[in-house]
Amino acid sequence: MISARGLRKSFGDFEAVKGIDVEVRKGEAFGFLGPNGAGKSSTMRMIASVSPVSGGELRILGMDPATDGPAIRGRLGVCPQEDTLDNELNVFDNLYIYGRYFGIDRATCRERAQELLEFAQITEKAKAKVEDLSGGMKRRLTIARSLINNPDLLLLDEPTTGLDPQARHVLWDQLFRLKQAGVTLVITTHYMDEAEQLCDRLVVMDKGRIAAEGSPRELIDAHSTREVAELRFGVGEHEALAEKIEDLGERVEVLPDRLLVYSDHGEDVVTAVLDRGLHPIATLVRRSTLEDVFLRLTGRSLAD
Amino acid sequence: MALIQEIPAPLTPAAATKVLVLRNYVVYKDAWKLFITGFLEPVFYLFSIGIGVGQLIDTFEFHGEAIPYAEFVAPAMLATSAFNGALLDSTYNVFFKMKYEKLYDQMLATPLTTGDIARGEITWGLMRGSVYSAAFLVVMALMGLTQSWWAVLALPAAVLIAFAFSAVCMAVTTWMTSWQDFDKITLAQMPLFLFSATFFPIEAFGDGVLRWVVEATPLYRGVVLCRELTTGVITWESAISVVYLVVMGAIGLFVVRRRLDKLLLT
Amino acid sequence: MATETGADTSPTTRPLRPTGSLSAWEGMARQYDYWLTVLKRTWRGGVVSSFLTPLLYVVAMGVLLGGFIEGDPDRLEGATSYLAFVVPGLVASHAMTIAVSESTYPVMGAIKWHRTFYAQLATPLAVRDLVNAFVGFVMFRVASACAVFMLVIAPFGVFTTWWGPILAWLSQVLVGFAFATLVFAYSARLKSEEGFGLLFRLGVIPLTLFSGAFFPISNLGPVLEWIARLTPLWHGVSLSRMFCVGQVDWSLVALHVVVLVTLTVVGWFLAVRNLDRRLEV
Ligand SMILES: Nc1ncnc2c1ncn2[C@@H]1O[C@H](COP(=O)(O)OP(=O)(O)O)[C@@H](O)[C@H]1O
Ligand SMILES: [Mg+2]
Repeated sequence: MISARGLRKSFGDFEAVKGIDVEVRKGEAFGFLGPNGAGKSSTMRMIASVSPVSGGELRILGMDPATDGPAIRGRLGVCPQEDTLDNELNVFDNLYIYGRYFGIDRATCRERAQELLEFAQITEKAKAKVEDLSGGMKRRLTIARSLINNPDLLLLDEPTTGLDPQARHVLWDQLFRLKQAGVTLVITTHYMDEAEQLCDRLVVMDKGRIAAEGSPRELIDAHSTREVAELRFGVGEHEALAEKIEDLGERVEVLPDRLLVYSDHGEDVVTAVLDRGLHPIATLVRRSTLEDVFLRLTGRSLAD
Repeated sequence: MALIQEIPAPLTPAAATKVLVLRNYVVYKDAWKLFITGFLEPVFYLFSIGIGVGQLIDTFEFHGEAIPYAEFVAPAMLATSAFNGALLDSTYNVFFKMKYEKLYDQMLATPLTTGDIARGEITWGLMRGSVYSAAFLVVMALMGLTQSWWAVLALPAAVLIAFAFSAVCMAVTTWMTSWQDFDKITLAQMPLFLFSATFFPIEAFGDGVLRWVVEATPLYRGVVLCRELTTGVITWESAISVVYLVVMGAIGLFVVRRRLDKLLLT
Repeated sequence: MATETGADTSPTTRPLRPTGSLSAWEGMARQYDYWLTVLKRTWRGGVVSSFLTPLLYVVAMGVLLGGFIEGDPDRLEGATSYLAFVVPGLVASHAMTIAVSESTYPVMGAIKWHRTFYAQLATPLAVRDLVNAFVGFVMFRVASACAVFMLVIAPFGVFTTWWGPILAWLSQVLVGFAFATLVFAYSARLKSEEGFGLLFRLGVIPLTLFSGAFFPISNLGPVLEWIARLTPLWHGVSLSRMFCVGQVDWSLVALHVVVLVTLTVVGWFLAVRNLDRRLEV
């Protein structure tokens, strides 16, 4: 569905995407995971064929976005990072008119709009103004709108950022249903749980490059240990204590309030620590998550 | 769900324009009060300046013919209201849609192109403008301010004025970055409105350079075009005006497309 | 913050919501710095709209069109030239335009878009203080624009006495007050900005055109002339013109002043009441 080779995007002197290779297959849910400023949205906009490619090669549905933009866009559904709803139209017309932009005939448009209102669970808001919708409803409407043309490929840029937990779960359910229905999904996110829930395969992006690629499980296996032991000592002691237990795990990370010891056998680490006469205030052994991979690959300092 | 089996082919320019006009129609349907009252402004000016001030003035000479003041001002109101309407639509409204509503961004996520957007917006503006101009012409005729059947052609003339200014103003708008820039638009709009031989004959500028400068400005061309048509005193100047305005609009349209490509497709 | 409780709220400023108890003066003074920053940010725009536009009108209508109009004092309410006739009217109607523009979108902005009023109300300031400072700012705009304008016009020789223009300026300020408070009251209730388009098209433009600024209202015929006399702007135009032209009918002056002051007071009460109701929800 999407094939990118050495894809680049620059804004003036600044290079937001620095040559990435991506392959998305039909029917899969593919994720771009990365901190703010990683270049996810820039990549998505190139795939959506609204942002000219600065270098490398990009084919979408077998076509070249530079020459076949309208034809490609006709088969894509796009849910941009910022909602771009038409505030001057009511909820129903947002769907109906948008459908007409695709050249879909009136009757089909009307029928689809009605179905999508149900899908997004906003049927009773059909005549409401967009302004009066809650953030979650707006997001669902944007996603519903991106489905009006029954797209082969659905692009979702941070679909759940800024939503409350209930709204996120409703959205995840809906995206899952779409995936079941065979729609190819491309999702960007900086939420680990979202990536683990939704994506079959993902790439971790950082500073315009791809840092790692694989399924969530593969990524954890490749870039972290099976378990993590979290040890909490008194304030200010962590730095010094880290040296004393360095050899107990593959890696020890010092945080202001605790130490993280990466090891395949967390309980053994805790026992060894106690054997050395150290007495943590609290200990916790847990499985590695995608978050550990993410922080390992993209660092803990803020990007912007 | 109703499956759309075949993907519709990308829209033809005509179909795309139609859809964009539809969108604006749906929006304005509810704002009919604004739509209706938009027609009143030039009528108010006509009654106030044309009749109220007109009582203080005998007649003006236009191409050697003496005509009453109201007959002199009315065609200018027709031209300037086409101008003002086009300006409003293609500066404030376009800026708002582009920068705040991000309306064009959502359109570009569909098979529509920047060319479709420029054509669609301008067509809509022209359709609205022609309704106003036609209504104003009817008022003029009812008040006995039209002197020949040439006056019928004043309607397409007004639409042409609107087209030329829409295209150019939309092009200018693409360079604007904040609302403060609109002062510069006002800075161009007011002198054009007041000094394009709208309220007094071009002779008021004397015979020097100033007069020639005014004669070369676009709104003046529009005003004399309308005035020649409604008074029935047609000269070769009308032909110049028509060519002038057509060329101006075409250039504007060309620039708009280029600029939208640059701005929206980043 | 040192605030005394109770005591000093006078009956006219009966708090519509708990005000703490800033005096009206203190309430305005505390917003001085806020409005100063607004002024610094926006004064440039004011130069074009509040100064160049009317100047262009004076040149186009007063000088150029006026060149074709006979300066007959009998037909021009005592003015000896059309320029002298039109200038005082233009400035008065201009005072209205500024007052209206500054009390429409900015008010809606402070309620709906930037929600400045809500932020300000979270401090000891009361609704009354917000209205006072807002109107104060608008009036600063009106008064300064009109003053500059009258100064620039002076060399054109349209004024007959030295005190006339000063009193005319005060009349223009009074026009500004009446419109600023009334329109503030209107804007405070408005839910959508569509209403402003209507206000300009059905209010400001007809008032500008038919309140005697451009031609004597007697030209309108007896019926419309009486309607014109009922409009607030006509009172201001007439005041401003009498002082500039130097033919003052003091009983008429008294009437005009009473009308404009009454409108201002009514407008102020409505503004405070409407804003209070609006911010409640
Ligand atoms: N239109 C633009 N002009 C200039 N710089 C941009 C533009 N869009 C994005 N950038 C920059 O490119 C980088 C990547 O941005 P983006 O793709 O939005 O990242 P993400 O979506 O991963 O947060 C950021 O540093 C951003 O500031
Ligand atoms: Mg992004």
